[in-house]
Amino acid sequence: MAKRIDVSGLNVYYGSFRAVEDVNMTIEPRSVTAFIGPSGCGKSTFLRTLNRMHEVIPGARVEGKVTIDGEDLYGQNVDPVAVRRTVGMVFQRPNPFPTMSIYDNVAAGLRLNGVKKKSQLDGIVETSLKGANLWNEVKDRLDRPGAGLSGGQQQRLCIARAIAVEPEVLLMDEPCSALDPISTLAIEDQIAALKEQYTIVIVTHNMQQAARVSDTTAFFNIAGSGKPGKLIEMAPTPKMFSTPSEKATEDYISGRFG
Amino acid sequence: MSTTLLPTNEPTREPESRSLLPETRPLPGWMPWALAVAAVGLSVLLLLALGSLNLPLAVVVSVPIFAALVGLASARLEGTRRAKDRIVTVVVYTCFALAILPLLSVLITTIQRGASHLTPYFLTHSQRGIGPRDEGGGIYHGIIGTFEQVGIAALIAVPIGLLVAVYLVEYGRGALARAVTFFVDVMTGVPSIVAGLFVYTAILLGFGTTPKGVWGGLALSILMLPVVVRSTEEMLKLVPNDLREASLALGVPKWKTIVSIVMPTAIGGIVTGVMLSVARVIGETAPLVLTVGATDSINFNAFDGPQASLPLIIYDQAFRSSPYAQDRAWATALTLILLVLILNLVARGIARWKAPKAR
Ligand SMILES: Nc1ncnc2c1ncn2[C@@H]1O[C@H](COP(=O)(O)OP(=O)(O)OP(=O)(O)O)[C@@H](O)[C@H]1O
Ligand SMILES: [Mg+2]
Repeated sequence: MAKRIDVSGLNVYYGSFRAVEDVNMTIEPRSVTAFIGPSGCGKSTFLRTLNRMHEVIPGARVEGKVTIDGEDLYGQNVDPVAVRRTVGMVFQRPNPFPTMSIYDNVAAGLRLNGVKKKSQLDGIVETSLKGANLWNEVKDRLDRPGAGLSGGQQQRLCIARAIAVEPEVLLMDEPCSALDPISTLAIEDQIAALKEQYTIVIVTHNMQQAARVSDTTAFFNIAGSGKPGKLIEMAPTPKMFSTPSEKATEDYISGRFG
Repeated sequence: MSTTLLPTNEPTREPESRSLLPETRPLPGWMPWALAVAAVGLSVLLLLALGSLNLPLAVVVSVPIFAALVGLASARLEGTRRAKDRIVTVVVYTCFALAILPLLSVLITTIQRGASHLTPYFLTHSQRGIGPRDEGGGIYHGIIGTFEQVGIAALIAVPIGLLVAVYLVEYGRGALARAVTFFVDVMTGVPSIVAGLFVYTAILLGFGTTPKGVWGGLALSILMLPVVVRSTEEMLKLVPNDLREASLALGVPKWKTIVSIVMPTAIGGIVTGVMLSVARVIGETAPLVLTVGATDSINFNAFDGPQASLPLIIYDQAFRSSPYAQDRAWATALTLILLVLILNLVARGIARWKAPKAR
């Protein structure tokens, strides 16, 4: 079910400001791709173009082509809502719905898309929470508000919510930046398991994490403030972390940067 | 990276002159009270010396004296920062008292003069056949009229107001949104008599119809609309964008995101705003004078014939010289105040019940 993503000649703008310049890349199905790079180089911006969340921001627009299994994401008659059902997203900051219980949070995507059957929802909620490694902690209080969980639990709740709608691709923007090392490891294990089914793209500032979880790593860089971010290099993770072909990549990975 | 994980602090040098955390002796608890008594005493003495002692004046004069005494004492014992804190505290409480005083005064007067006449009989009978100089009668007809007119106003203003607010927050960009915001601001400032006159000229004169409850409701809705729009707009703006994005990223369409995520998150505040807008118009007299007509009888049908309303009854009875009419005016005023109070309590209840909870 997982899908291949092809990006060619992609430019991303906020109004007249070009945040990302001319990205070309291929993201393989059933793999984990990590985006690394200094702050402000456009990783989040680029990631959000992969499920058309970028255009939610007023004035934001995209040039270039993104295809998912050959279908143009930005085609004339493509509904962004359908795109987002196929390509799910986990955000940097945990954002559970405050009016909903833990159960309702996980079920939200399905319910709002018309799935009403209780038995079906029950099953999906349980598998999703197990998939996000949260089930054991919350199984006795599914009716409690989701906002009452700890930050790390909330983030795992958001992951459960995202996988509950069974997307084909899962985008994760620094999903572990608010988490302790144990939850981080739990999520990394989860990513490894999810990769059997999904195509996963993860943004991270943690080199070890990128090295641990990803099959392919892409390094973005920025020439200076006000300049657009660029894709510098993309290669299989072992190669990237041992013998990168670009000097900038090596400097960044080894911490000799700026 | 050096080998130490945690940098050890350099040994701190002994402070030479001033310690980092100078000890302060707080003002003893009894001191402010003693100073308050002293301030009252001083002001009484002062007024006696001036030969014009009266109690309210003494209270007024003692406040600045008290502030000065507390400030001085605190500056001596606790330092200037605490002294400023204490003086500002006195100022803030004084302002609070000043703000609440007229309200309390109105409330107490209304209760004193109205409570004894506010009987079940009064609430369940009309004025039909009872002249201004007669005893008895009630305001049932006015309660019905007020409920129906305000209900009609809410039926018109709340849906339109909610939709306008949703448009402004979720969709509105550019010139149209700015124009809508501008006109909502203008509407906020429309004097209530103008709303009444507008309905009078546009509908009653324009279509040649007669005063009815519904026209009163229409006039009230003009006053209600900007309040609903403004309060709802503020509440929707408070909903974090993260939530909208989270919902959109699940493949939920925008309209459904607004209806199922944004509105429920803000519902407590929206309900409070709607209730406040009802409270705002329920006591309006001016828009009703020309639009609902007036009657002493019960009329359940807001779409046929003149209707009474509570503010109009107050207005009418208060200008009669008979003591019975005066009593009725006060009791009606008290009824209106109680209605607003109940509405506010209900709104608070709903807001608390619906508010996002963490536990
Ligand atoms: N909503 C926005 N409007 C305008 N400019 C934006 C917006 N969001 C981001 N930018 C700009 O786009 C550029 C890329 O930002 P982006 O958030 O993609 O960086 P990032 O690589 O994700 O950084 P970080 O690692 O800190 O999350 C930055 O220069 C940023 O200032
Ligand atoms: Mg980012």
